Amino acid sequence: MIAELGLAALWLAAALAALQMAVGFMAVRNERASELAGLIRPAAIVQGVLVALSFAMLVWLFAVTDLSVKLVASNSHSMKPLVFKLSGTWGNHEGSMLLWVTVMGLAGALIALVERRLPERTMNATLAAQGVVSLGFYAFLLLSSNPFERLPTPAAEGMGLNPLLQDIGLAFHPPTLYLGYVGLSVAFSFAVGALLTRQVTPDFARAMRPWVLGAWVMLTVGITAGSYWAYYELGWGGWWFWDPVENASLMPWLAATALLHSASVLASRDALRTWTIMLGVVAFSMSMVGTFLVRSGILTSVHAFAVDPERGTFILVLLGIFIGGALLLFALRANTISEGERFALASREGALVFNNVMLSAILAIVLLGTLYPLLTEAFDVRVSVGPPYFNPVGAIFVIPMLAVMAVGPLLRWRQDRVDRIGREIALFAALVLAALVLFGLLADIALLPLLGLAFGLGLAVASLLPLRRRKLGRTPLATWGMVIAHFGIAVALIGMASESAFTKERLAAVAEGDSATVGPWTIVLQGVEPVAGPNWTAIQGRLAASYDGDEPDILTPQSRNFWAPPQQTTESALVTRWNGQLYAVIGDRAPDGRWQVRLWWKPFVPLIWYGGLLVALGGVLALLGRLLSDLRHRRLAVRIAERRADREAIA
Amino acid sequence: MSWRLWVPLFVFALFLGLAAYQLTQPKDEFVASGMVGEELPYFNLPPAMEGGEGVTNATFADGQPRLLNIWASWCLPCIAEAPHLESLERQGVEIVGVAIRDRPEDIARFLAQHGNPYSRIGRDDLSEVQLAIGSSGVPETFVIDGEGVIRYQHIGDVRASDVPVLLAELEQAR
Repeated sequence: MIAELGLAALWLAAALAALQMAVGFMAVRNERASELAGLIRPAAIVQGVLVALSFAMLVWLFAVTDLSVKLVASNSHSMKPLVFKLSGTWGNHEGSMLLWVTVMGLAGALIALVERRLPERTMNATLAAQGVVSLGFYAFLLLSSNPFERLPTPAAEGMGLNPLLQDIGLAFHPPTLYLGYVGLSVAFSFAVGALLTRQVTPDFARAMRPWVLGAWVMLTVGITAGSYWAYYELGWGGWWFWDPVENASLMPWLAATALLHSASVLASRDALRTWTIMLGVVAFSMSMVGTFLVRSGILTSVHAFAVDPERGTFILVLLGIFIGGALLLFALRANTISEGERFALASREGALVFNNVMLSAILAIVLLGTLYPLLTEAFDVRVSVGPPYFNPVGAIFVIPMLAVMAVGPLLRWRQDRVDRIGREIALFAALVLAALVLFGLLADIALLPLLGLAFGLGLAVASLLPLRRRKLGRTPLATWGMVIAHFGIAVALIGMASESAFTKERLAAVAEGDSATVGPWTIVLQGVEPVAGPNWTAIQGRLAASYDGDEPDILTPQSRNFWAPPQQTTESALVTRWNGQLYAVIGDRAPDGRWQVRLWWKPFVPLIWYGGLLVALGGVLALLGRLLSDLRHRRLAVRIAERRADREAIA
Repeated sequence: MSWRLWVPLFVFALFLGLAAYQLTQPKDEFVASGMVGEELPYFNLPPAMEGGEGVTNATFADGQPRLLNIWASWCLPCIAEAPHLESLERQGVEIVGVAIRDRPEDIARFLAQHGNPYSRIGRDDLSEVQLAIGSSGVPETFVIDGEGVIRYQHIGDVRASDVPVLLAELEQAR
């Protein structure tokens, strides 16, 4: 019964999305339809409630493990811990699509409830565009991947959840990314709405900005968490693989970062109108392209999941309609949007434009590298594109971007002289040079990590300069946000460079009681024993690891076997110190009874993820700052209106 | 100026065309073991049940091709493949079993219930052999030639349609 109710709610929500779309477009095209326009906001709100109900019912079905529902039977298991039963709801194709459309529906409802800045026509066009996007996903769910489908006869037991996904980090990683993608779909709807009504104003940018900021924060957290998960769960010792699935979340992040900055310029300076619109379209396009690449199985990936060409075709058609339509609209309309305020090259805007171009170039490089195997496969050549391409080619654009990131925030809006901030530029250059010389002489490091360390240190200091000569308590939250986010980038960069420059690796075959060393660590294999968990068995090594002769820490890396479905996973074991992490993996037993143990000493590697979290924190502060100042403006506007009404009443 | 506005759409159309073309191409989803074509590594497994014979890599190097079946009594697809293994056995194929993380009494119960197509079964309590030959799950079936070289890997349960394939691979390995 619950499954049927969930399906019914989904159909109703889809019908409301259709209504929202049809009435919205009518109201934009034809002033006379404006009495119908009153339906749009309520439709968006009710649609959000219905789809959320539908999702809640699917969660319920997973919680009680209703094995008469096909999705539950094929992705869950009655013996799973409850938290993984719940996360199993979105740990599969249908469920994750329903989550996507649920978040979209709730976002639409929220816009309809709170957004008052946009002109009514642009608002209607935006909600109509949102209706189109949602409707595409509803069609996808209802016609090709119904999450509520029943089995003819209930299954005796479920098939389980991919053991790689049975991890608390991964239970919450996809929804975080999805919130990001969906936030960008809202930005996309805003961009399309503004193109339809040709009203690209600072108000439009201010309305769009919190959505972009929120989406960007979620993407940042999602990518950071995903990277850490891949690092400790996959057991290969790395933190970024340039895998298509990873790139699928990095590309929208790059576009969203550019969009964020360009929307800020539009909001505060009324410049970069077409550029902001373009980025709004591109950012969501990257989310969709990423989803398509991951779901269609068109690219081979270490994470390959939910592979199904038929679904791939469906997403491709949606892509064609949404993105093709938006880009067509852009080509036809962008001419009629005037460029807005002009600014000198040496100005805050100039620096932001420069970095936007760099970000776009990096995005193009990642996109090209991700699609390149697809291109060559068309000519029957199988290649894989990895770090040897992405790292150096990306660095060409990352390095100038870091330099401008360091000094750009010190420039004034509209027009400035570079020599005014000569001292700050000199400080940054001196720091970078000093680090280059110091590390270049002291350690034998490759060029890229060396540059990363130097620019990271320079940026770390320079990013704090905007706080100078300010009363810290009275500095706007948005400024704090910018400073912390830029500082976070520097921290992450230092972590990446240091991991790459100083990591020590050791592959040893050790008998019980023997020891191996890696960097400053001495590791003794105390024993290997079988252990059992709720739904797996494993062999577990007991390693005593001591840093420089200190009291040893005990590590227990495992090689796990799950039985539903049968699969093997590697559980690495970590010791974190202030100056880095020891990473241990247990492997096979050699014929002579010794065990293969892989050990890595990674100095300062946690900085990568601390940096990511700082970037996200910066985004949260900026978002809070914007929301608070919006609230203040709104109150002010109300007070002014009241006063005017009073005055008129007296007159 | 205005032609530049069409560039994004043009680039996107190229992507769309490429993706559409790739979607129509057949895909090879097979994740093969890196050990195919290699000699079996050294191993020595104790018998799975009292009175049976154990399995070592030397078992396979007597000039006769065999199947090596990785299974377990706790594995549901192994029940589904049991009749097809029996039909292979009836056609004169020797099947050596490796039971993964299993208990003798469970193995005996499974064989009593679903038939015993194996000439011998070794017990792999730590998944050593499974890891060593590049098997990623249960069940899996390998064709081993007379020199003990892995010639073919079948992932998942053996279905009726796989029986002739395995027979042909065994013939080729002769």
